[in-house]
Amino acid sequence: MLLTSIKRLKSMGIIGMNQRNFGLVSRYNPRHLYPLVDDKLKTKQLAQQAGITVPKLLGTLHYQHDVKQLKNILSPYQEFVIKPVKGSGGKGILVITEQAHNLYYKPSGDAVRLTHIERHVSNILSGLHSLGGKPDSVMIESLIHIDPVFANYSYEGVPDLRVIVLKGYPIMAMLRLATHASDGRANLHQGAVGVGIDIDTGEALHAVQYGDPVYHHPDTRKSFHDLTVPHWNKLLTLAAACYEITGLGYLGVDIVLDRDHGPMIIELNARPGLSIQVANFAGLAPRVAAVEALIQVDPDPRVRVEFSKKNFAAARNLFRSRRKISQSLQRSLSLTLS
Amino acid sequence: MQAQARLYSAVLLIFFIGIGLILYKHLALGFPLMPDDKKFVWTIEAKIDFQAQGDPVIISLALPPKEPNLTFMEEDFASSDYGFSELTSNNERRGQWSKRTAKGAQTAYYRLSVYENDKLVEDQPIDEPEPPKEPELDEVFMTASMTLLEQVRARSANAEIFTRELIQTLNSKSPNQNQRLLRNDKAGEDYKTNLILDLLALEGISARVVRGLFLEDGRRRQSLTNFVEIHDGSQWILFNQDTGKSGKPKNFLIWQRGGQSLLDVVGGKNSQVSFSIIKNTHSTRNLVVNSSQNKQAAIIDFSIYSLPIEQQNAFKMILLLPIGALVVVIMRILVGIRTSGTFMPILIALALIQTTLVTGIVIFLIVVGTGLMIRSYLSRLNLLLVARISAVIIVVITIIASISIISNKLGLSQALTVTFFPMVILAWTIERMSVLWEEDGPREVLIQGAGSLLTAIIAYLFMTNRTVEYLTFNFPELMLVNLALILILGQYTGYRLTELYRFHTMGKRHAIDKH
Repeated sequence: MLLTSIKRLKSMGIIGMNQRNFGLVSRYNPRHLYPLVDDKLKTKQLAQQAGITVPKLLGTLHYQHDVKQLKNILSPYQEFVIKPVKGSGGKGILVITEQAHNLYYKPSGDAVRLTHIERHVSNILSGLHSLGGKPDSVMIESLIHIDPVFANYSYEGVPDLRVIVLKGYPIMAMLRLATHASDGRANLHQGAVGVGIDIDTGEALHAVQYGDPVYHHPDTRKSFHDLTVPHWNKLLTLAAACYEITGLGYLGVDIVLDRDHGPMIIELNARPGLSIQVANFAGLAPRVAAVEALIQVDPDPRVRVEFSKKNFAAARNLFRSRRKISQSLQRSLSLTLS
Repeated sequence: MQAQARLYSAVLLIFFIGIGLILYKHLALGFPLMPDDKKFVWTIEAKIDFQAQGDPVIISLALPPKEPNLTFMEEDFASSDYGFSELTSNNERRGQWSKRTAKGAQTAYYRLSVYENDKLVEDQPIDEPEPPKEPELDEVFMTASMTLLEQVRARSANAEIFTRELIQTLNSKSPNQNQRLLRNDKAGEDYKTNLILDLLALEGISARVVRGLFLEDGRRRQSLTNFVEIHDGSQWILFNQDTGKSGKPKNFLIWQRGGQSLLDVVGGKNSQVSFSIIKNTHSTRNLVVNSSQNKQAAIIDFSIYSLPIEQQNAFKMILLLPIGALVVVIMRILVGIRTSGTFMPILIALALIQTTLVTGIVIFLIVVGTGLMIRSYLSRLNLLLVARISAVIIVVITIIASISIISNKLGLSQALTVTFFPMVILAWTIERMSVLWEEDGPREVLIQGAGSLLTAIIAYLFMTNRTVEYLTFNFPELMLVNLALILILGQYTGYRLTELYRFHTMGKRHAIDKH
């Protein structure tokens, strides 16, 4: 069977696109607040004002004639990331990890010339990657260094953590891992792996690629069952605090873990997708209902995080229960053998 | 919640106004709901011949009564040199031709086009019968009549059955002496009618003669047939005086009720009237639009029909757009198909209507395919967005021109319809698909391209359906119903069909976990 029944999805509390658009996005996100998250420069400023760590801004370009200054802007830095300010879904991001002899090296090791980077910047400025093809700006940020915990879990990209925050309460989280199939991008429908993370502990719960369960990273072969996201409390509190800085009630917060600076917010999304449910093997609906049942939103993000951890803890961990089963199987096997 | 209630009541209001207007047009104005609904229009010509004697001439002919379930399209009183006037008195219409002097053979015509409509008719007030007049009969005749009436009365319970029995007895194949005396086989039709009326009067039943015409295509030199109508105390019942069958036969046009003469000619002799009949088939819709316009029905008078034909044709197309929009809404909200550009499928569908389905799809694929190839070259040229799209527009026009010229040389005339594709839209489609290709890969381009085409084809099939086309144009009120549907669909928060696939692994695992 390639289709499942509506009844079964309902019993799992899966939220569909129409329900998301109608019951979450249009109910909790006033249209006039969208520019705050669609424009990454504005998001960055807001986050900095609120004392939230973000990647360092190295420079911005707004007009086509600025492209000539690109070489000067880039010259002091060995490594940097070029991003469209209004891009979405990781589109138009160029990562350079090394600069030598007028050549710029991508994480894959490919070398590109300055003209390539200039053309990329020009494309961004003319709106190639922005929503609706509107003219865009370019931001150059410091490179994020992958946290050693994730070193074996990613292929050519920094894993990022997506937390869904409803009215300030983090309700679901997922780690997105770039793969060879996704071309180093953390985009689930292009083949990145989505790993559901337990809101209570930060442990990996369940992982999918192309909607089907996987148990280890397809490129590095590293198993997910002992993956635990570090700085978990701090990370959730950061995500929860984004409610106050944007005013958006239904928010996707994208966070990366930097080796040196810890959790950093890289992007906010007013229309976060629904694949997170597949990665967590759980529906959003019961958690949305729990938050909606609250009479009052607590002003302290830490209190909200405590509420979430208590209420949205995973009932059981598929990875760990699997391991337990296999351990007990081994034990019984060794018993029979002896 | 209150907003929800307000929306639903607005939806219901819109919906019922729409349905109400449609029903009004259908039931009160007689608009058919199907395009192929046909009506027979009967054209009846009454020809009056007589010999004028050089004196002033007045001809008076009874005209058929205007009954509500009949629509008189046209009445024509063509007779050269005659003055004409129509007189109405005591529920009877008469046409009167007149001339100061006439000599020799004269002819006057009365022509009528009539069809039976499907309007719901309110009950008409029935004309009250006059009390039966006691006939004056000689004694032998009276005795025979009384005997017959007694026989018939013995076998009947009410006026209707009595009349039927009476007529059947009079027409019996083996008449007894009494009956033979009464019915006088040498006499004509009018004699029998009068006999029946007299006998009914003796029994105290009000009755009158009804003259009518059996409508049969291509008949000439017909005359009217006599029927007998009795009043049973509450209503009039029509009887065939030869068989005793009650009720109005099919295709029988009642021409005259009551005993007045059919034709009077003053100043002429040897006058006679004969009828010829022709049947034509017309589309009901055209008949209704014409007759409603004549009557100045407000809903018709302020409608698209009052526009010039050219604009009407434009509206035929425009009124189909909401159907396309409905298809897009259903495909996106209920099915969950991704299309490139929300309403691009409707524009493709409109183009397909002009080009026909297969030709249109082939042309679309050729234009978009070639466009994508050239666009991928343009992307290497480092152009600004606006310049790039403008360049793509020129490329699209070039492709379309080439297709036209090449196909013309090859003698494929269908491909010339390529110019109906909206070029700016095609250029945008190509641009968007090419960006999609670069960012999300060819798979996504295929998904969205196929989704757009599929939606366009479904919209096309609906929009070219004869019934849909007919209904949208003749019942623009359908747009209100459509609007109500779209508003309701805008509230749909359930799963999309494609999501049942998207989340199918979850459902499966869930089932396994439960066991």
